[in-house]
Amino acid sequence: MNHMEAALQPLHAGTKKNSFIRKALRTPTFLCGSIMMAILVFMAVFAPYLTPYDPSQLDLSAALQPPSSEHWLGTDQLGRDLFSRLIYAARTDLKVMVLAEIIPFILGVFIGMAAGYFGKWVNSLIMLTTDTFIAFPFYLIVIIIAFVSGTGEQGIYITFMLVGWIVYARVIRGLSSTFRKQEWIASAKMLGLSDVRIILKHLLPNVLPQAVIVLMTDMALLLVAIVTLGYLGIGIAPPTPDWGTMIFDGQPFITTKWWLSAMPGLAVVYTGIALSLIGDGLADIWRR
Amino acid sequence: MKAVDPILKVENLSLTTIDHKPLVNDVSLSVGSGESLGLVGESGSGKSLTLRSILGLLPSSIRQAGGKITANGKCAMVFQDPIGSLDPLSPIVSQLAEVVYYNQNVSRKAARTIAVDLLQMLGLPESLKHKDRYPRQLSGGQCQRVVIAMALARKPDILLCDEPTTALDVTVQKQILDTITNLQKELGFAMVFVTHNLAVASAMCGRLCVMKEGRIVEQGDTMQVVGHSKDPYTRMLIDAVLPLPSLERRAE
Repeated sequence: MNHMEAALQPLHAGTKKNSFIRKALRTPTFLCGSIMMAILVFMAVFAPYLTPYDPSQLDLSAALQPPSSEHWLGTDQLGRDLFSRLIYAARTDLKVMVLAEIIPFILGVFIGMAAGYFGKWVNSLIMLTTDTFIAFPFYLIVIIIAFVSGTGEQGIYITFMLVGWIVYARVIRGLSSTFRKQEWIASAKMLGLSDVRIILKHLLPNVLPQAVIVLMTDMALLLVAIVTLGYLGIGIAPPTPDWGTMIFDGQPFITTKWWLSAMPGLAVVYTGIALSLIGDGLADIWRR
Repeated sequence: MKAVDPILKVENLSLTTIDHKPLVNDVSLSVGSGESLGLVGESGSGKSLTLRSILGLLPSSIRQAGGKITANGKCAMVFQDPIGSLDPLSPIVSQLAEVVYYNQNVSRKAARTIAVDLLQMLGLPESLKHKDRYPRQLSGGQCQRVVIAMALARKPDILLCDEPTTALDVTVQKQILDTITNLQKELGFAMVFVTHNLAVASAMCGRLCVMKEGRIVEQGDTMQVVGHSKDPYTRMLIDAVLPLPSLERRAE
């Protein structure tokens, strides 16, 4: 059969395997962000082996010392080694940041897909909810919920579970409704696949890259929020090292011992830049 | 109507936008089992909308204002844009096997075997058996073959084709059209074929419906419509495409 033979052209060579890794190696933003993040995570994980002092070891006779070979970043008002506290705080803050982001991420992606895929009243209901939340300033809501749900890690988890999903829901809703209008979703439905199957098997993989990019940006914002709550005294409770409480503790000495507040502040900025670079890099990789 | 027991019947179909602007007016057509009907007309004549309403795939801004559609069998559709009709992130054999699995009541493993066989029947390389491919690794013509395979995996009684070759280049167009014709002979499904190309429609279909501005202006056997057209619009369409059929005949 002549027409069949004609169709037997070779298939395109296509992209080689491991194309993600190869593209990643050629994306400076992604590489840079990943290396910065890797250093931070490494230091946080191996904090006990890397820090010269116990982060809560008091030594009032050696309080408020300037940086020296003994104390690399000096000591705070209770004589605790600032460098050790900085690294241990990374441990706390990164852990809380990741754990607080998991549930909102999953929740937001699924709510967004449902809104975009089903449209109609499902969409209206979800949009009404997100718009209501967005009508209030973000920090106002966060502070109120954190205050009500109690200080400490638990309060942070509850707060972000309630407000964190919104950003994902909005982005993924938009994306899903664009996909909804594309032929392949209509085609899958016509060919007898159930809505649940289309959403899980076909829509989810298509929206996931965008969701991960948003995750990176949102984690940076979440970290700032965690630190802010710590600074305001309604976040992570004091004995546990946390960048927010460290900034607050250094505040009375800001004119003479500026590094007490500046160093934890820089740590937040460093983490934020690393996450943004990863997010930007991923966007570049997946867009190509 | 020569069809005694039509497998697909559209009666007095009217479609409007949500603000009541009429798009399709009082369209009636019927297709008998194994028969093929060509729906011809220029862009915006409502032929695609008519086809889509059969499957309930109308855009959200368009309503069915009146009429009745009865289909006595399973329908499947082949869309205009082959690459857009496939999930870009799902390899094609898996994608097809999934449709086979949900339509043919077989095990997952058997579904995969059927999928590979079906793709081979449609002229895709055997190498897919060992190495699955993503839609973007295929050419437009190859993608359209996958889309046709997916439609056939549903074991349709009626195949709806919405300009299936418009997005492809001319040489591939002919191959795809021949494939569809041969499959129809082999499997005996009825077909509604929407196209703006009267030459293609008359080569593919036994009967033609000519649409203009949301209405059917002429309907009948292909030979009669093309040979003795009554409507001036049909004659205009014929004049517009006349060089093509003669070229095609010479090529064969």
